[in-house]
Amino acid sequence: MNSKTIFEKSQENRVGIKLPPLDVDTSPILPEYLRRKAKAKLPELSEFDVIRHFTNLSSKNFSIDKNFYPLGSCTMKYNPKIIEKIASLEGFSSLHPHLITNDEEDSVQGALEVIDDLQNYLCEITGMEAFTTTPQAGAHGEMLGMMLIDSYHKEKNNKQKKYVIIPDSSHGTNPATVTMIGYKVITIKSDENGYMDFEEFKKKMNDEVAAVMLTVPNTLGIFNKKIKDLCDIAHEYDALMYYDGANMNAILGVVRPGDIGFDVMHINVHKTFATPHGGGGPGSGPVGVNHKLKEFLPDLGIYKKDDKYFFNKNMENSIGKISPFFGNYGISLRAIAYMKILGKEGMQNASKKAVLNANYILARLKPYFDVPYDMICMHECVLSAKSLKKKYEVSAMDIAKYLIDFNLHAPTVYFPLTVPEAIMIEPTETENKQSIDEFCDKMIEAVKLAETNPKEFLNYPKTLGVCRPDDTRAIKELDVRSIH
Amino acid sequence: MPYTAHTPSEVKEMLEVIGLQSEDELFSPIPNEAKAKAFDIPDGLDEWSAFDSFKELSKKNKVDKICFMGGGYYDHIIPSAVDALAGRSEFYTAYTPYQAEASQGTLQALYEYQSLACELSGMEISNASLYDGGTALAEAALMSVRITRRNKILIDGGVNPEYIKIIKTYLSFRDIEFEVIENIKDSSDIEKLKSKIDENIASYIFQNPNFFGSVQDFSEIVDILHSHKALAVMSSYPISLGILQDGGSLDVDIFCADGQSLGNYLNFGGPSFGMLATKQKYIRDVPGRIIGKTLDKNNKEMFVLTMQAREQHIRRHRATSNICTNQNLLALRATIFLSMLGKNGLVDMANMNYQKSEYLKSELSKIDGIDIYNDNPTFNEFIISTPKLATKLIDELNKKDFLLGVNMSKIYDGFDNKVLIATTEKRTKKEIDSLVNAIREVL
Ligand SMILES: Cc1ncc(COP(=O)(O)O)c(C=O)c1O
Repeated sequence: MNSKTIFEKSQENRVGIKLPPLDVDTSPILPEYLRRKAKAKLPELSEFDVIRHFTNLSSKNFSIDKNFYPLGSCTMKYNPKIIEKIASLEGFSSLHPHLITNDEEDSVQGALEVIDDLQNYLCEITGMEAFTTTPQAGAHGEMLGMMLIDSYHKEKNNKQKKYVIIPDSSHGTNPATVTMIGYKVITIKSDENGYMDFEEFKKKMNDEVAAVMLTVPNTLGIFNKKIKDLCDIAHEYDALMYYDGANMNAILGVVRPGDIGFDVMHINVHKTFATPHGGGGPGSGPVGVNHKLKEFLPDLGIYKKDDKYFFNKNMENSIGKISPFFGNYGISLRAIAYMKILGKEGMQNASKKAVLNANYILARLKPYFDVPYDMICMHECVLSAKSLKKKYEVSAMDIAKYLIDFNLHAPTVYFPLTVPEAIMIEPTETENKQSIDEFCDKMIEAVKLAETNPKEFLNYPKTLGVCRPDDTRAIKELDVRSIH
Repeated sequence: MPYTAHTPSEVKEMLEVIGLQSEDELFSPIPNEAKAKAFDIPDGLDEWSAFDSFKELSKKNKVDKICFMGGGYYDHIIPSAVDALAGRSEFYTAYTPYQAEASQGTLQALYEYQSLACELSGMEISNASLYDGGTALAEAALMSVRITRRNKILIDGGVNPEYIKIIKTYLSFRDIEFEVIENIKDSSDIEKLKSKIDENIASYIFQNPNFFGSVQDFSEIVDILHSHKALAVMSSYPISLGILQDGGSLDVDIFCADGQSLGNYLNFGGPSFGMLATKQKYIRDVPGRIIGKTLDKNNKEMFVLTMQAREQHIRRHRATSNICTNQNLLALRATIFLSMLGKNGLVDMANMNYQKSEYLKSELSKIDGIDIYNDNPTFNEFIISTPKLATKLIDELNKKDFLLGVNMSKIYDGFDNKVLIATTEKRTKKEIDSLVNAIREVL
């Protein structure tokens, strides 16, 4: 397959853009010492060259519009096209953020209503008291959450607080965030049911614990039955409960973190509320809090008076800012548009079908794979290729590379870290039964292939032009930019 | 139900395979005490009603004015090809490229992005994007602390005030000291920097052009920093790099910028994306994803996520940053934008920004009572002082359908009658002349 870079396609003095005319009298150029010495070596192409290059590149991608994409923990659902149409309305996309600096509320009433609507929906969906839309992704929300927690303890003069408890099944962003805010991680192992070990938790819980960060349902797709007890115990020590809401898609209308007693949470609206993931972003990770943390929220809010929206600035106890202005406003807009289209029943139905699909996959594949936690799962199920590995030396990665050869994106593999040879499958609600069956059939065929001809796996994928990158070489002979 | 496909008989069939009677049983692992106490959400809308209601909302935003507002966010051209390509489902609806063979499109595009970012910035290596220009600087500050093992950051008062707030917030939770060295008028205060710099300083963060629009030569400052083994962190405006000194030739250690100007819409401030480029020797301290080229098992070239041992999914609490989802799509847009602009196009575009701004500057300075505040040369924006309060002047021009600029009195003390005005390649002579006339009328 042709993987020539855009630089290799460049032809000197070819031009891609006709700029608007330089229609003013010209002034002397800037003095030499301020000027760039050599031009940046950007490629020189026609518009059509560029179109063809990137169209060809795009054809080398799997995407949710084209492929079943059951990446666990990523909620790759279909993104309705109307949402993009709404987001590209000029009245939203061309709005200048410094209108906020200028306090020109009159020019941005529509935008502020979008934010207010989203915050209200999120409060109702989660049972939290207040939301901010400023975090730009889930991890950014976690960071803000930890800042709020730290502010709370500082204000209460809880000087002894140093630790944050996290289960070993947690997403990597959880511990990374804790360190970023200057706390230390206490990791608690999972018990035989996939829950955070309750006895161990009680043992580790003390006055020095600032917070407990839980993903609910967790990354094993399991709902912890003792969740309320965990909250109550943590609160006895004045530790705050953090809810990682990356997996909210499982429980819309069924569970609200605020009702259980969580103090702070983020929600990955780019997962649950259908923002296309763009090959890695942008996202948005609004943070919700209860009364304990409200006063510390980032220093730009909105309020409504006599049917008009105003900015709330210079909030006295605020942590300050973690993003410019309202964060990824364009993503907030997409989220609220999707929520309004789905409505109450649509959301409840989404969670039901997401959980139905995951359990159906689990039921169909149970006879063929190791199932570390054999129970009703939520929006995703985790299998293991441990026996395949042991018997036939066929790994989770081998299964993944086999699947992609049949236009099925692979599940998440090797995460959560607590499951050996983990295969984490999240089908989402938007997949129909036929595509799910096709996936299950392929998974079963993979097992058959392992039994009959395990060496064959090393040749997969066969049809994608490239097969099995040498990751060690990528690091040893580092090539992270074109030199031309 | 919208966007799900299950027919009643399929639901029944699936439940049978699972061994359950009803969909409600799927939620039986959830104890009653954890169940929602309310869920008062309005009924859903059909897409046409939804579109109409959002269209009405969008009309409550006033975007039909001629835009001279900048301050880090600019009304630049966006070629139609950018929307057409970045809007392709294959790019738009893919996840982070974890399965390399199934993501060569995204991976190669990002490798090209990193290459373009290096060309533009003059730096040796680049990551594959961060959230925005402000958080990129905050990450750069943390990176400089990791590299130097020192614990204090100095920030030039000419850095975008929105960014300064973000940097301060990030640092304040890490017990890293920081101090803003205020500018003297629109110039960096080198003497003050000299008096502050010592062996505790990890880095100095400056911006060119600075928030006042002024362009300066930072080479002396970079020398001072390096003589104290402190790092130089530069915040830049990508379009200006068509004609202004790049980070590499200034020998800065970390280069950051906001990528909005590279083919991205204003979006009321986000999403945009953050650039971070640096020297090769610092690669292990870089936050965020990095794409590399390697060979596959048949010795064919291919692209992969690399140097992942820095990242949260591998390194967990010892990661260089917690970032996971970034702003890939916006970086892709920048890649397409820069590929179209090309080597000469970028220079022409930068030059046009400069020339149009100089023209506006000279026309405005002909008006009695208007002073240009900047002592330094400027790129495409500058500050005017007028006899009127900035708030009033902006308001009056609003009524004449101009978005005059950033009200500096809202940001800095003593700037009551100062406005920051930007001119991009999109503004025509006619629009510039009509702005000048409008200002003349209201003064
Ligand atoms: C459980 C969990 N927590 C947190 C995150 C981080 O979210 P983001 O990628 O939006 O930063 C993810 C996403 O991958 C996740 O799956």
